[in-house]
Amino acid sequence: MAVSSDQVRKLALMARLELSDAELATITPQLDSIVEFVDTLMQLDTEGVEPMAHAVETFNRWAVDQQGQSLPREQALANAPNKDDECFLVPPVLG
Amino acid sequence: MSIPLDSATRLLSLIAAGEISAQQAVQASLDRIAATEPEINAFTFVDSDGAMRTAEQIDQRRKNGEQLGPLAGLPVAVKDVLCTSDMPTTCSSRMLQHHRSPYDATVVARLREADAVIVGKTNMDEFAMGASTETSYFGKTNNPWNLQRTPGGSSGGAAACLAAGDVPLSIGTDTGGSIRQPAAFCGVTGLKPTYGRVSRYGLIAFASSLDQAGPLAYDARDCALLLKTIAGTDPRDSTSIDTNVPDFTSELDRLDGELRIGIVRAELDADGLDPEIRQAVEDAIEVFRDAGAKIIEVEMPHSRYWVPTYYVIAPSEASSNLSRYDGAHYGHRAEVSAKEAGELGPLVATYCRSRGEGFGAEVKRRIMIGMYALSAGYGDKYYLKALQVRRLIRRDFDNAFGKVDLLLGPVTPSPPFALGEKVDDPLQMYLCDLFTVGANLAGIPAISMPGGLTSNNLPIGIQLQAAPLQEHRLLQATAAFQRATDWHTKRAMYTSRGRE
Repeated sequence: MAVSSDQVRKLALMARLELSDAELATITPQLDSIVEFVDTLMQLDTEGVEPMAHAVETFNRWAVDQQGQSLPREQALANAPNKDDECFLVPPVLG
Repeated sequence: MSIPLDSATRLLSLIAAGEISAQQAVQASLDRIAATEPEINAFTFVDSDGAMRTAEQIDQRRKNGEQLGPLAGLPVAVKDVLCTSDMPTTCSSRMLQHHRSPYDATVVARLREADAVIVGKTNMDEFAMGASTETSYFGKTNNPWNLQRTPGGSSGGAAACLAAGDVPLSIGTDTGGSIRQPAAFCGVTGLKPTYGRVSRYGLIAFASSLDQAGPLAYDARDCALLLKTIAGTDPRDSTSIDTNVPDFTSELDRLDGELRIGIVRAELDADGLDPEIRQAVEDAIEVFRDAGAKIIEVEMPHSRYWVPTYYVIAPSEASSNLSRYDGAHYGHRAEVSAKEAGELGPLVATYCRSRGEGFGAEVKRRIMIGMYALSAGYGDKYYLKALQVRRLIRRDFDNAFGKVDLLLGPVTPSPPFALGEKVDDPLQMYLCDLFTVGANLAGIPAISMPGGLTSNNLPIGIQLQAAPLQEHRLLQATAAFQRATDWHTKRAMYTSRGRE
């Protein structure tokens, strides 16, 4: 097995994803077989091939530096799970 | 007067001639949706009141002699991955179950400017990750051709609502085949445009370098009509291509010069390819040969690397894109007590549980694949490697399109499979994308058109692929094929039974 459940547990924390023990037990062998599958890429010699990050070769586009209209506060807050009149409310960040 | 909900072109001319009103057309669509939804479940939301109000305004404006848009009064369905300011936008996920976007996607805004009437949002695999629409939080969608079969995915609702006779036009999105595979499974025509042809603004991101919205309809003409409406550059999407949009409909019946069609022998000889689909592809080749096309064999030396390349790049981009769902700004938030939070602390524990509860199994799996591929020590090994292979794949296409105008082949390795058949085996599900992901990796346009029926009366799709920005050639060739064959006029038994 290339992928261990300890590794998956660590990755899940990095991904901020709570997984139950049952989910962990299912996903670990699945990830292992998917990794084995994508490992076929290693058969290919890609020495010197430039990576292709985008389907269409685009170049940088400049926007005019002017102030636009942004979302009104009440709209920006409309979908928040918890809020007051002005802010998103979240659990304490410190302590 | 019967209302032809299976042809946007005919419906449009009847509305324009005043023989039926926009309200009658939209009411017919809503009635049909109400009749079919209990068995099909193609929609996550139907906006009956809003759609009728819009139709009434269109009729009133027509009465006042006002100029109307090119889709005036046509009922259209929109996949629930595109933001709509007046309906929920859920991505078929618990995470966004109650989400209402404050703005319209550019595709949606262009539909409204064209005076199309958006009747509802269609069901999909959660966050567009899947090939069967079984991962939707709102329940699976059934294929109108056979209710025990999948309509395909991720745009399963978008294709099924057409096959059920609900609407003449439907918008889907395609990251690895998500327009073409459901179009094939539901016996309709679906086009994935060139990457950048259609704005992604307001298309909720799955894999940003691969995602593209496009039209589904019964035939090439209606797809052309819809593509013309939604295509074009957009200052809000810096990856949208700033180039002229051809008049796809008026150019439809033209074919410039001798058509050169490429076939990939290895693709037809692939182990997993269903023999009836192979036969349909061979038959389609003959249709084009009879129409005067030159058939040329070409090679795709890296085609066996398409799926593994895709399953590194797409999940990597997804794991990054989906990090925005934090339970703070919008979306599902879990409540975590200080005691439960433990050493993670309340904030991190809230993130973890909100995401753990909000995402379904397939989305979690993709995030984890992406995390693995991008994590320390593996970034170069997997992600960079996949980007290099992507370049080689693109070169294969460039070489092929130096010799031919179009590539012809299968859309799917198998006909519509049974619901539940692959849902517990992710790798088997991923292999559904065998013939479709190449176009996404290379950024080229591709179309799926009906090309046969299996002995079990299930639809078979034929794929055409073209060089970047050659959508008009795809549509012209599809139109030519549809003049020579009648596969696109075959309807699901379900539809004909429902209409009797």
